[in-house]
Amino acid sequence: MRTVFFLVQKEFLQIIRNRTMLPVMLVMPVVQTLLLSFAANYEIKNLALCVVDHDLSPMSRQLVGKFTGSGYFKLSESTFSRSEADVSLARERSDMILEIPPDFERNFMREGKTGISLTANAINASKAGLGMGYAGNIVRDFSSTISTTSGAAPGARINMTYSNWYNPKLDYKAFMVPGILGEIVALIICFLTALNLVREREMGTMEQLNVTPVKKWQFILGKLLPFWALAMVMMAVGLTVGWLVFRIPMVGSLWLVFAYTLFFAPAMLGIGFLISNFSETQQQAMFTAWFFLLIFILMCGLFTPVDSMPQWAQWLNMLNPVQYFVAFMRQVLLKGATFADVQQNFYSVLTYATVVNGLAVWTYRKRN
Amino acid sequence: MINVLNINHAFGDNQALTDISFDVQAGEIFGLIGPDGAGKTTLFRILATLLLPGSGSATLNGLDVVRDYKTLRTRIGYMPGRFSLYQDLTVDENLQFFASVFGVTVEENRHLINDIYVQLEPFKNRRAGALSGGMKQKLALCCALIHKPQILMLDEPGTGVDPVSRREFWDMLRRLRDGGLTILVSTPYMDEAAWCNRVALVQQGHIMAIDTPEALTAAFPKKLFAVRAVDKYRLINDLRSMETGANAYAFGEFAHFASPSAKIQVADVELFLQKKGHNGVEVKEAEPTVEDCFIDLMTDDSQQSTVDSPPGEITLK
Repeated sequence: MRTVFFLVQKEFLQIIRNRTMLPVMLVMPVVQTLLLSFAANYEIKNLALCVVDHDLSPMSRQLVGKFTGSGYFKLSESTFSRSEADVSLARERSDMILEIPPDFERNFMREGKTGISLTANAINASKAGLGMGYAGNIVRDFSSTISTTSGAAPGARINMTYSNWYNPKLDYKAFMVPGILGEIVALIICFLTALNLVREREMGTMEQLNVTPVKKWQFILGKLLPFWALAMVMMAVGLTVGWLVFRIPMVGSLWLVFAYTLFFAPAMLGIGFLISNFSETQQQAMFTAWFFLLIFILMCGLFTPVDSMPQWAQWLNMLNPVQYFVAFMRQVLLKGATFADVQQNFYSVLTYATVVNGLAVWTYRKRN
Repeated sequence: MINVLNINHAFGDNQALTDISFDVQAGEIFGLIGPDGAGKTTLFRILATLLLPGSGSATLNGLDVVRDYKTLRTRIGYMPGRFSLYQDLTVDENLQFFASVFGVTVEENRHLINDIYVQLEPFKNRRAGALSGGMKQKLALCCALIHKPQILMLDEPGTGVDPVSRREFWDMLRRLRDGGLTILVSTPYMDEAAWCNRVALVQQGHIMAIDTPEALTAAFPKKLFAVRAVDKYRLINDLRSMETGANAYAFGEFAHFASPSAKIQVADVELFLQKKGHNGVEVKEAEPTVEDCFIDLMTDDSQQSTVDSPPGEITLK
């Protein structure tokens, strides 16, 4: 145990000496949470709308007013020619075309039924999808108000009510920040462990250590403990920023969050360790780590819900440690889940960490 | 102290070591001399318990490198060819660290390294990466000695160090040997052979000869001349054609000419060269060095000829 202490001491000395490592570890969570949650979010505003109003009735004007007044759309162009509107869409001056047919108001009043056409530029499918969604809501809303106020043909209408649990205002940040925190901690410690271990090999210090009586488990523990501790520090920094800047809800127990991190971190450390065993240079380790981490992050449920992935992807995702962390963070911070609610997740992560570290220890060789 | 028996090792199809056997006596400096790629480092890694030999066995102080590697690691001090200490730790931190992983303290073993450490002391708070080549070597030596090993193994300690530091370093090794330490050292520099008690000449994974440097040079089987002329390149080619079995190669500002016949005299060589139309011819008899022995053994071995080898270094063409 004394040897492990000396190894950890040496590791911390090196971490403190390193000019980039500490700043990166402390600044990265802050910058990423700020950037990802303020800039790279899904809320789409100011979609450029091109209106082709063939009707020019009070009702059609009212509808256009609803669109522009919603905050999601801004009027980019107004024309009477559909072909001009198409050009506008093709030139990307507009994101969406709203075409109102000549008998829009008359049909509605007489038959209680009318139509409009919406065309979106779906090069960016999610933008188009969201735009269509917003537009659908506006039209539905509009048709219901019109039919009640105008007294025309009382057709069958469906009145929808909404209620969003755990995130009542559908606050994007409350949803993203806890997930991002999990993702960042996972990413950084996995990277650092892999690079740090390979660096010892690259610099030749591994060889010098290998001729000492330091045992395999001592060496490994000496490497994992410092980064384990750093994971906890990063988590604390991230949560503080989340609370100070975003006022993210912290419904559940923070103790639970830290306890979970304590179990989760070894899983990521183990992956980094495993990668290092198969890399000769830091560059190789970097590429391998990127390959896995990119998949982990894209599949972790941060950007697209895991539940909407095909079944095979969900199965595959059981191998994705980041997914567990993101799910856990949202459940505990937003929903106030207790240990009993998330224990399945705990056990999964514990198993994961055990298997990965077992593999890493097994493949690590002190001599060839 | 060190017994190596029939060690073979191959990396894939590449036979790195073939039938290596030698013994090192307690309290001597034993040098493995040979060019880069001769297999010296591979052999060192096997003896340092870092690499399992393909076949054959080796014991150090009675401990087997495969079976007893754990105990052995506490008995040997190994200094790899590349500087392998923590560049971002200071001199003292490195020393403390390596002492602590061996379960000793710097204080209790200070006397072992005192001679060397006094030179390092002014830089004790400097990071190892910022030391000069010579100082790095001294620090590495201190770190290899701090746990009081019985055998010291140094892989190419002279590489990347200036001649003055190199000489100082060898002086230290001799003092350590006089203190009773057994030292195994490898080097590509032929002139360093003179500092060893005994040397093994290694070439392409084979040991060509093992003896004291004096005995090796005394057994040089040819007559050796140092020759100089204006056109050195043509000179070497002409000397080679003078008689069969003769060899010529650059040696500092001279060319060395090794002739298999004992009868040949300085005047014969001069006459031959004048006939060939050389200017500024100067011929004198020369004392063979370890490098001459090495080149002689090497040409016998592989029938390869050597041109242009600056002193202390062998270049194969």
